[in-house]
Amino acid sequence: MTTTSLTQSRGAGRAGDKVFSGAALAAGCLILAVLFGVALFLVVQAIPALVASPDKIQGGEGFFAYIWPIVIGTVIAAVIALVIATPVAIGVALFISHFAPRGLASGLGYVIDLLAAIPSVVYGAWGAAFLAREISPAYDWLANNMGWLPIFQGPASATGKTILTAGIVLAVMVLPIITSLSREIFLQTPKLHEEAALALGATRWEMIKMAVLPFGRPGIVSAVMLGLGRALGETMAVALVLSSGALTASLIQSGNQTIAAEIALNFPEASGLKVSTLIAAGLVLFVITLGVNMIARWIISRHKEFSGAN
Amino acid sequence: MTSTLTPVRKRSALTKGQLPKFAPYVVLALALVVGAAIMAVIGFNAFGWGIVSAILFTAGLVGWSAAVEGGRKAKDKLATCLVVGSFLVALLPLISVIWTVLVNGLPGLLDPGFLTTSMNGVTGAFDNKSVEEGAPVVGGIYHALLGTIQITLLATVISVPVGLLTAIYLVEYGEDRPLARAITFFVDVMTGIPSIVAGLFAAAFFFAVVGPGTKTGAVAAVALSVLMIPVVVRSSEEMLKIVPNELREAAYALGVRKWRTILKVVIPTAISGIASGVTLAIARVIGETAPILVTAGFATNINSNVFSGWMASLPTFIYTQILNPTSPSNPDPSSQRAWGAALVLIILVMLLNLGARLIARIFAPKTGR
Repeated sequence: MTTTSLTQSRGAGRAGDKVFSGAALAAGCLILAVLFGVALFLVVQAIPALVASPDKIQGGEGFFAYIWPIVIGTVIAAVIALVIATPVAIGVALFISHFAPRGLASGLGYVIDLLAAIPSVVYGAWGAAFLAREISPAYDWLANNMGWLPIFQGPASATGKTILTAGIVLAVMVLPIITSLSREIFLQTPKLHEEAALALGATRWEMIKMAVLPFGRPGIVSAVMLGLGRALGETMAVALVLSSGALTASLIQSGNQTIAAEIALNFPEASGLKVSTLIAAGLVLFVITLGVNMIARWIISRHKEFSGAN
Repeated sequence: MTSTLTPVRKRSALTKGQLPKFAPYVVLALALVVGAAIMAVIGFNAFGWGIVSAILFTAGLVGWSAAVEGGRKAKDKLATCLVVGSFLVALLPLISVIWTVLVNGLPGLLDPGFLTTSMNGVTGAFDNKSVEEGAPVVGGIYHALLGTIQITLLATVISVPVGLLTAIYLVEYGEDRPLARAITFFVDVMTGIPSIVAGLFAAAFFFAVVGPGTKTGAVAAVALSVLMIPVVVRSSEEMLKIVPNELREAAYALGVRKWRTILKVVIPTAISGIASGVTLAIARVIGETAPILVTAGFATNINSNVFSGWMASLPTFIYTQILNPTSPSNPDPSSQRAWGAALVLIILVMLLNLGARLIARIFAPKTGR
């Protein structure tokens, strides 16, 4: 009798184990399925736009002619964001990891993380209502004094709602991402390397240049790549800040458009082939960001294996 | 005769050529004064004063250091100035955003009925009246608040079990198998999916399965789950990993099954970290605009059913009020409502962030006696 009850209870426990591990496995596979599904459903819904005759696509010259100006616009906005954000973010990360007083450092890190907590639509509203207005005199100055450069060609936009403003707002949004990742890497620098440099008489900056930055370089690169992924896909800041238009070289005139903003502005009212066109645009964005992110993750994982930190 | 020897105080060779301790303060004071003078000539504003003073301070300190201490120390001073400066520059937008939202949002938030009425039936005529005749601004965010809470709640209900189970698989069952490594990699990749692509995926999925043009709160919840699951997986995984192996082994030694060990030992130990991670994930998706925009549409009325009909949410409410004011000729009441909603949204996000920290502290496992 006792043996039966023992085997029975064991049987129940084994079933519990099976069910539980099965559920965990299924959840893991579901994630892979979702990512695969994202690609699949985007492709399926985008096909009508890709095979449609060119004159039916918006602009009348086919999907490629429709997509390439906004791809370029997306890249321009993201590059502006990175050019501004990267030096500042590395400076902030160094400040928190090596310059700020120990007791303050984590609190200051939390303050920077607050930047990441603010919703993107609020950044968009801030950029459109405050930054664009405040910065337009600077654009006038640029147009008057640097106008010989194609990117600062006048006349400057009177409202300040230009791709440069959008890029600045994007820079603010990617700053906390680059900062937090670089900070983690800087904190992992082997203490012995730092102390050896200082013991040899290096100043703090020389120590950072010789020990911290070489160690952190792959981390910085991947942090910048992740920031790039975020900047490429960010929607609201651009949709609210930029008064969009045709592709132009000048950064201080209204014009240009990004993929994400194009989708957000047109999707709610779209129907028929227009929906397919926008989903196809989303697919292009997905492929670009996926590539950028995969390269970034690959650099991180490759770095993990031979880093002497652990 | 003994001559009294007076000791000759020589400065030590080691401290020779160092700036006095008070040097930065002197330079700062000078920079502020000279900066104010320059700004007084070309037209004063506080922002320009700060910039000019910062540049003067850096130039002054580095120049003085180069003259007294030599090039290497001067370079060090320059780097310190740049690093501290970049931190201050990073604080500017944070302060500016919070200030702008507070100043513009308070009038909207203090409007009676702002939190308890919807935009149903509020037309441009009301807004024109409030601008031209000074009538109070009508309409509120009740419908949007309700929509945000419902969509976020449903997204949480979908994401937490999937995310937590995946984390359990990775930590307890995965054992560095190829599948586990693939899941880790793709979860990382998934954190980088642009939010609008997640929205398009949910829209495309429901267009294909339910029918073209399906836009409900549930579609938005699916879109938000795509963004939320990776965050939940990552934070839960970290938390499960730091549960000491001794606890698991003690449970196994008592003959406890693995699944009961996980449910009764591992998860309760890590629950504070998991809960705070989930709260942070909610804080991240509650402000997402783009995915809701393409999946739930806009609504001006109260919709309490996530599974049918268009639904409003706070972020899309802000977006539409700014981009398409209720009364195109008098956009001020709309922008007042938008800023009020932005203030509510920021308060929600900050509360969630604070809540995450409190949860982590309160429910942290008791150690020792």
